Amino acid sequence: MSTQAGGSSKLPEPGSPGMGWLDASGEFADIVLSTRVRLARNVQGHPFGPRAMESDRTAVLNQLRGVLPRVPTLSHAEVSELGPLPPRARRLLLERRLASRELVGEKGRTPDRGMALVLSPDRPVSVMVNEEDHLRLQTLFSGLRVHEAWQILDSLDEELGRELPYAFHPEFGFLTSCPTNVGTGLRASVLLHLPALVLTKEINKVLQGLTQVGLTFRGLYGEGSEVVGNFFQLSNQTTLGKSEEDLVDHLDRIVRQVIEYETRARQVLLRDAAAVTEDKIWRAYGLLRFARSLSFEELMNLLSGVRLGASLKLLPGLRVYPLNKIMIFTQPAHLEEAAGRELSPSEGDAHRAAYVRRILASEGIVAPDEDGPDDLSSPEASG
Amino acid sequence: MICDNCGSAEAVINLTQIVDNEMKTLHLCEKCGAEKGVEGGSSMSESFPLTDFLAQMGEEGPSTSSPPRSGVTCSFCGLDFKTFREVGRLGCPHCWTTFEGHLRGLLRRIHGSTQHVGKVYLSPDPSVSEREKKLEGLRRKLKRAVDLEEFERAAEIRDEIRALEPSQ
Repeated sequence: MSTQAGGSSKLPEPGSPGMGWLDASGEFADIVLSTRVRLARNVQGHPFGPRAMESDRTAVLNQLRGVLPRVPTLSHAEVSELGPLPPRARRLLLERRLASRELVGEKGRTPDRGMALVLSPDRPVSVMVNEEDHLRLQTLFSGLRVHEAWQILDSLDEELGRELPYAFHPEFGFLTSCPTNVGTGLRASVLLHLPALVLTKEINKVLQGLTQVGLTFRGLYGEGSEVVGNFFQLSNQTTLGKSEEDLVDHLDRIVRQVIEYETRARQVLLRDAAAVTEDKIWRAYGLLRFARSLSFEELMNLLSGVRLGASLKLLPGLRVYPLNKIMIFTQPAHLEEAAGRELSPSEGDAHRAAYVRRILASEGIVAPDEDGPDDLSSPEASG
Repeated sequence: MICDNCGSAEAVINLTQIVDNEMKTLHLCEKCGAEKGVEGGSSMSESFPLTDFLAQMGEEGPSTSSPPRSGVTCSFCGLDFKTFREVGRLGCPHCWTTFEGHLRGLLRRIHGSTQHVGKVYLSPDPSVSEREKKLEGLRRKLKRAVDLEEFERAAEIRDEIRALEPSQ
């Protein structure tokens, strides 16, 4: 039985609101998938998220709606309450990394009234409303752009703070529900692809070193998530006692050092294990190009090899952007959205494989160097 | 483990370096680490994942600041200190003042500091002293932008300062 899967996509392209970070345009985009900065803010006069009543949440949301026309960065933004959205639409926001698990409602729970996402149509900014804190201002960029991300968020924060009375304490700074976020309320994180550090078994030392310089790492989906496909999310661990600029400077500096380590590890791989590395990369490409069924985990592992190949120019003609697209559009809710119906796990795996084949085929011919090693003669020639 | 550099103090920092394409990890004490430009030691280095933090919340532990007497509750949202220790989340802005004494100890353990040194917030209807603090913060930002030769941003900050300064 043939499965028609991943047909003409109705899904938004990376130019759509909140999706610009996929376009692989930023610095080091082959190694750094994205840069995210968020600020936690609360409004005076209302309990924080976990203790807020429905009346508090709707009051906060209404206050925000009321001031939006006077906030230039969000002047055309769309406000979506999460509760009334169908479950799949909510999961799409989670898979696009625009909303947190808590905001979209975990395990079938419908989000509380007043929980909302404010999304700018033309700027890479959004605001989660009535999550753990009243407001989580966030921005997401392609590649390594920590300073740019901070500056746009700083402007948005200034604009909003002029209109809304934030909860602020002269000693503790911006007040938050959790003491780990107080002070600046700033968390900057960079999503890095570090396959060579994993292959050369240097990664644990690097990660240990990070915790010693005040950074922490997580998996692809943030707090509590596992590492998949050799993606590591590095972020600042503390939020109080240093200025916002110092926090983002420090992250930027350390991330550049980690990129340098990864680049050196890649050179080591190419120097000491060129044949094995090249074989791994081409095998990963071959499986993705022709497989008929792929679990998300298998896909992510193979994609890691292919991403490394594209970055090292071992897969000529393959760009990074379609690889970014594959990561997002092969998640369960995205596949169901494209199919227009619910999919069983095995159907999902088939649709995933079909989507990947279509994207890789549309990238044109990725041609291997057919000459092979100099000393490898053809069996026919030698006979 | 003993420091690879001085051979006497206990190593607390692993420094991974690449020399001639070889990755090498040096185990360093705090002093030698600082000399090599690696931040470590007291303030930023303490690994403090949220789970540890929550676990410690439930224990009495040898804390320097004594927890508020049982029965202290926030007059605004009704959160009591026992519940805060269980859930690890404060209830409202007022809780920060109610439990201030104990929170300082906690913040030192989490962040290595209790004093915010970032942006100064100016509420929509500020007092004179709030305005002064905000201006101080903006001047610091301006200096930084000029140092980094980010002149466009510096101009924006200068406009903000002008808008806040009392008219002559």
